[in-house]
Amino acid sequence: MTITSLLAIALGAILTNNFIFAQFLGICPFLGVSKKIDTAVGMGAAVTFVMGLASAVCFGINRLLVAAGLGYMQTVAFILVIAALVQFVEMFLKKNVPTLYTALGVYLPLITTNCAVLGVALLNVQNDYNFIQSVVYGITGGLGFLLAIFLFAAVREQLEFADNPKCFDGFPIALVTAGLIALAFMGFSGLKVW
Amino acid sequence: MNAKKQLKEGLLTQNPVLVQLLGMCSTMAITTSIMNGLGMGVSVIIILTLSNIIISLLRKIIPNEVRIACFIVVIAGFVTCVQLLLKAFLPEIDKSLGVFIPLIVVNCIILGRAEAFASKNAVGASTLDGIFQGLGYTVVLIIMCFFRELFGAGKLLDIQIMPDGYTPIGILTLPVGGFICLGVLIAVMQWALAKSAKKNENKEKEAK
Repeated sequence: MTITSLLAIALGAILTNNFIFAQFLGICPFLGVSKKIDTAVGMGAAVTFVMGLASAVCFGINRLLVAAGLGYMQTVAFILVIAALVQFVEMFLKKNVPTLYTALGVYLPLITTNCAVLGVALLNVQNDYNFIQSVVYGITGGLGFLLAIFLFAAVREQLEFADNPKCFDGFPIALVTAGLIALAFMGFSGLKVW
Repeated sequence: MNAKKQLKEGLLTQNPVLVQLLGMCSTMAITTSIMNGLGMGVSVIIILTLSNIIISLLRKIIPNEVRIACFIVVIAGFVTCVQLLLKAFLPEIDKSLGVFIPLIVVNCIILGRAEAFASKNAVGASTLDGIFQGLGYTVVLIIMCFFRELFGAGKLLDIQIMPDGYTPIGILTLPVGGFICLGVLIAVMQWALAKSAKKNENKEKEAK
């Protein structure tokens, strides 16, 4: 394993295989918390942290499960670990960053059901990543999420003033906008790293 | 709460995807061919119904503070069962759905219905709710698949439908197509609901 292979994973997770625009993981918070840039960035940062942590912990858990011959319990074990981690982050934020805690509100416990978090843990196993690769993939995947939600929130703030057909109000126009950003992200697919 | 009303809510007025906006990730990700849509839809119907039954049975035993964790464990158990069954009997579908089968655990439809319906209602109603909400989800998946496969690849169920000279709109099968297709579908739904609401209003006015 070299630095270049790690860099390839990182670039892939942030740009070419962006969790939101290419893999459709984590759409619910992406659409739910993207009305204002501040909260969007807070959410992105929290998700990045949880994703990095979850990749690291789930890597160990998976080793234990495989060693015990319980590989099929993966999904159940992962989701429990993630739920515990999110609870931990919630307690930490409540005590140390109360403004962010109130801003994220109901979406904070919902990180548990953010498919990007469980997705990254499962993809790490599927791709046979080692410990460092898993953590890099988790953190950069989270950064990709942060980038996506930041861009989307910035566009969406302007969208408030857009004069669209009435039936497109709210979610539909947001989805079409997201589609157009995804189109822009497709431009990165030609990107080759060494 | 009668069955007919529940069916109408599941398919139309409270459709999980188009009105409640739940379970968007899988809706956009796997709807590139009708086979995928069917496989995913049927898996979700089975898991949603079973988990609704169990959660409704346990609703008086589960303490309120840890209910979400309990729901997730029940759901994850059923998802693992379905995943193993698919791997054994329908390996092709398992392969093409990939990571989205285990991700049914975090599909908000299932947790959402557990929290909003099954944890408050009796077993019979919860079972029906599971079946009808799952059906509503499946119908949306199939509509999306139909458009994306027909126009994006010119095929349906892997059979060439469009004439030879047809150039497929490849963008529909890409992620971009998923976003835009679902956006337009939700817009159509909002338009239809607004129209029927207006109709009812007019009727009431006339009645007065």
